[in-house]
Amino acid sequence: MSEEEMMDDEVVKKFMFVNRRAPYGSIYALESLEVVLIAAAFDQDVSLVFSDDGVFQLKKGQETEGVGMKNFSPTYRALEMYDVEKLYVSKASMDERGLTKDDLIVDVEVLGDEALADLMDDQDVIFSF
Amino acid sequence: MKFAVQVNEGPYQHQASDSAYQFTKAALEKGHEIFRVFFYHDGVNNATKLTTPPQDDRNIVDRWSELAQQHNLDLVVCVAAAQRRGIVDEGEAKRNGKDAENIAPGFRISGLGQLVEAGIQADRLVVFGD
Repeated sequence: MSEEEMMDDEVVKKFMFVNRRAPYGSIYALESLEVVLIAAAFDQDVSLVFSDDGVFQLKKGQETEGVGMKNFSPTYRALEMYDVEKLYVSKASMDERGLTKDDLIVDVEVLGDEALADLMDDQDVIFSF
Repeated sequence: MKFAVQVNEGPYQHQASDSAYQFTKAALEKGHEIFRVFFYHDGVNNATKLTTPPQDDRNIVDRWSELAQQHNLDLVVCVAAAQRRGIVDEGEAKRNGKDAENIAPGFRISGLGQLVEAGIQADRLVVFGD
């Protein structure tokens, strides 16, 4: 039995959260963040991927007053405090939407499709929101 | 194999709950273990006992309750998602000053830690929803 299995409470798995939806139009982005914070609190190896319209979750200058929603984008900046530092963004999704790293509120690693696929292949658990 | 199942969509609007149910039932019949079924996002709406579909349609909520009873399944509803959408058990109703509860038999309300734990403990976490 490996050391990891013996220390049952301290099993660390690779949890990846794939965020594919725009931040406001539905609740998935907000409720995804809630699970991310819990997974981090469980000391798991957490990474986030932003793909498709999910890249808009990280866009600077979100103003939600007009639609009467809570602007939760500052939470992404707080992820570092929870030791969630692996943030990846799909290059294709960024390109399609005319965004660059400078448009985003947090530091991310921009990856091509193949690199993202390799990364996903390496995970234990993948959540898609 | 030890499976965990996550349901992210409400009943009747979306196929996810039906598919999750069929998957869970089939896995149990094949002798696999279902560590937990976790209901998140609009999936929490699968847990209201007030659901009253027409008589000639399947009753999704009752179906889950019966499966839970038959196999001692752990059906967990996310508390934060449930509170937003008006799914409460007796304890939650009392705590929040509501005069009714509506959780169906076999379901229990708990936190997202239960989902993370399911991801840790199960060999596979299978997610149903878009």
